[in-house]
Amino acid sequence: MDAINWHSCLFLLFATMASGFAVAVVLAGNIVRMALYLILSLGATAGLFFLAGADFVGAMQLMIYVGGTLVLLVFGVMLTAQGPFISLKTQAGDWVLGLLLAGCLLAVLVPAAFSVADWRNDKPADFVAVQQDTAARLGMGLLGVRVDRLEDRPEPLKAGMSSYLLPFEIVSVHLLVVLVGAAYLARSKRRAATN
Amino acid sequence: MGLLTQSVGVSHFMAVGAIMFVCGVVCMATKRNALGVLMGIELVLNGANLNFVAFGSDFLRTDKSYSLGLDGNFVALFVIVLAAAEAAVALAIALNFYNNHSTIDVDRADELRG
Repeated sequence: MDAINWHSCLFLLFATMASGFAVAVVLAGNIVRMALYLILSLGATAGLFFLAGADFVGAMQLMIYVGGTLVLLVFGVMLTAQGPFISLKTQAGDWVLGLLLAGCLLAVLVPAAFSVADWRNDKPADFVAVQQDTAARLGMGLLGVRVDRLEDRPEPLKAGMSSYLLPFEIVSVHLLVVLVGAAYLARSKRRAATN
Repeated sequence: MGLLTQSVGVSHFMAVGAIMFVCGVVCMATKRNALGVLMGIELVLNGANLNFVAFGSDFLRTDKSYSLGLDGNFVALFVIVLAAAEAAVALAIALNFYNNHSTIDVDRADELRG
């Protein structure tokens, strides 16, 4: 009997949690429980990111998603969870249509995932991958230097290729605009009406 | 027992991503609460993120020449940031809608109907 592969064990644990709580989000009728299940599902996804060697993305998933976005969502739930809105019932016809859609999508996606031989687990027994921390390389990439593929770039284009610097700038301006827009949209209008 | 002794590949991560994506789509389609629809969007984005990270990983496949490498991580980071921005704006709109109409049911948000 082969030795137990602990990477696979942890993958199985986190995969079961991530997909199981995702299903629970769909099936739960109470909006507060849905938020709780969503937090657990996204936390388990961060574990999957760590298992894939993406330590920085996993940490960001925990900090931004679980710590930021979901806290925002929970506040939204608390501000609107009154009486009838806590558990709005879905009609039976919608459930049938939705589950039909889910079955069709799964029947397409999962066999497609396992249909390519290179994507399956065909690694030899002596396969070794060295974990390098990704934070420094990602930071350099966002500042415009891809330290992981310095040789790949063609010489004439080298001066103009700045990697992910432009998307990084765009996304930072986008975040500023979104913050201003969200504050403008969510401001209370009642006080203005009384003046 | 087979999965406990074998190593996992990109396919297994893609299967988990597919399940999360489908759950998100069904959540968006069936929930009547606007915040439930938002949660479905978060699930869809996370399923996609899982695929990006899995394709960029060095651990999951032997032939690294086809790997996305760090690009998968970059795209995943941008998706996380954009999801946070989207959640902020969508929540502001939902709260505004709740203040004006005293309901959070998306079925009743049909004022633009022709």
